[in-house]
Amino acid sequence: MINDITAPLRQDERAVLSLRSLYEQYGYKKYKMSKFENYELYLENKNFLASEKIVTFTDPRGKLLALKPDITLSIVKNAPKEIEGTYKVYYDENVYRAGADGDDNIKEIMQVGIELIGNVDLYSEGEVLTLAARSLKSVSENSIIGISHMGIISALISESGLKGESASKVGKALADKNLSAIKEFCGENAEKLVKLANIYGPLDKTIYQLEEICSSGKCEGAINELEELAKVLVAMGESESFVLDFSVSNDMNYYNGITFQGFIDGIPRHVLSGGRYDALVRKTGLNADAIGFAVYPDILERFNTGERGFDVDVLVVYDRNADAAEVAKAVEKIKSRGKKVCAMPDASNCRPSYKELVRFD
Amino acid sequence: MKRMINIALPKGRLGERAYKIFEEIGYGCLEVMENSRKLIFENKENGVRYFWAKPSDVAIYVERGAADVGIVGKDILLEGGHDVYELLDLKMGKCRMAVAGPAGKRPDSEKTLRVATKFTQITKEYFEKNGRDIDIIKLNGSIEIAPLLDLSDVIVDIVETGKTLYENNLEPYETIVPISARFVANKAAYRFKRDEINLMVEKISEKIN
Repeated sequence: MINDITAPLRQDERAVLSLRSLYEQYGYKKYKMSKFENYELYLENKNFLASEKIVTFTDPRGKLLALKPDITLSIVKNAPKEIEGTYKVYYDENVYRAGADGDDNIKEIMQVGIELIGNVDLYSEGEVLTLAARSLKSVSENSIIGISHMGIISALISESGLKGESASKVGKALADKNLSAIKEFCGENAEKLVKLANIYGPLDKTIYQLEEICSSGKCEGAINELEELAKVLVAMGESESFVLDFSVSNDMNYYNGITFQGFIDGIPRHVLSGGRYDALVRKTGLNADAIGFAVYPDILERFNTGERGFDVDVLVVYDRNADAAEVAKAVEKIKSRGKKVCAMPDASNCRPSYKELVRFD
Repeated sequence: MKRMINIALPKGRLGERAYKIFEEIGYGCLEVMENSRKLIFENKENGVRYFWAKPSDVAIYVERGAADVGIVGKDILLEGGHDVYELLDLKMGKCRMAVAGPAGKRPDSEKTLRVATKFTQITKEYFEKNGRDIDIIKLNGSIEIAPLLDLSDVIVDIVETGKTLYENNLEPYETIVPISARFVANKAAYRFKRDEINLMVEKISEKIN
């Protein structure tokens, strides 16, 4: 009998392997990095990070280091200083965060993703979106990616006359599809943002609605970009995977252009998030654009785990006087029937969970 | 294919009133309002599954996908910062979050203000915005007693009619934010059960307006 050597892999570990092979097929190189960075890097870009609490420690010379809470910043920092064309990498790394979900323990979170830095043209955007769609499909056919454009969101918010805190409040209302709050904040100028919040559907069937809302020239470029991108996605055979949805948004200080989030039916929160982040790249002094996304495989852990509830099929417990050779024979016999088996002395307190118990006296 | 919608209702009067609306617009389900030991109620024909939850937990059930939609007070959403879609203001369960304290007095503005409350997040944000230095005293109930026993200078709490306050010689000082019940949805469920949830939103909206 041939054993399936991938059998012990968990759902999330399987997902990571298939994602890596997907990205390599499109010529992305694996990016390897150390577990820590200078704390300064995160301090300067605090708003870019999902969680503010960073795990820090000092090196022997007294320099403050941080266990990396994020990969993108390190990739941008270490990218070639002069990029002609595009620089494409993928990563499969752990990040460390404290205070996520309101608890103060330090958590190790697995992250897989890609970054494309350099001259981000339409093909590049289309490729990254396609890889995002296929990343989700490698886990479940029933997945969807919501795509929006920060340029359009910020243009319409500034058109409504709101600034500072009220602008970010209305941004939050848009992200929560909270129409009554949009109306409350914007008063008479709410109409366009309410319409924007209501847009939802395949790109080719909804982009025209943007043209109706965005009268000012500010959005023209963004709408054209979405139109052209829709064509690239059709060519890649992935247009069905996307919906235009402006409840998807990201920090405007770092993200510009398209931004997206991926969902899988049966998982309560987004499992993929990404977008254009030219502003972050420019901030580091690099003369380039960038787009990328991250997948959160740890969320997949609870998805479709099937029947793997028990640790083993058969637990063999043997008396201390039992004949070792006889125990070995019995174990091999059970194993030859294709079952998972664990043998332990009678008094063991670290027993695995099992379906069937065989006592060997 | 029509898919079942899981609905989290807050235990108590608000949840009962909300259920009445669901019932009237075609999402009725036997036994929901009966005093039984059952925890989950299902009506396959109407495509709904209900369960009752502690009001402050409803948003968590929805955020984590145990319920697709739920009814929850705006106070809970403001306090918890839950990542859910806030699809509708049900305009019921109306009240306000307010700062209150002893009637006819105002606290010394030069001292650190001692504030007793269940809603620490809302309190923190409100006084930070107003540049006031405060000392938050987190209580889980009977907030009104705090200023009476000089545990705090003021309280931040939900005020409906203000009757309890006045009976205890307290009065509302300032309103922080108006509160009402909201219809919320899980962000992933909304995408995969969009037609069903949108239909529900449309029917509720017709009913309450």
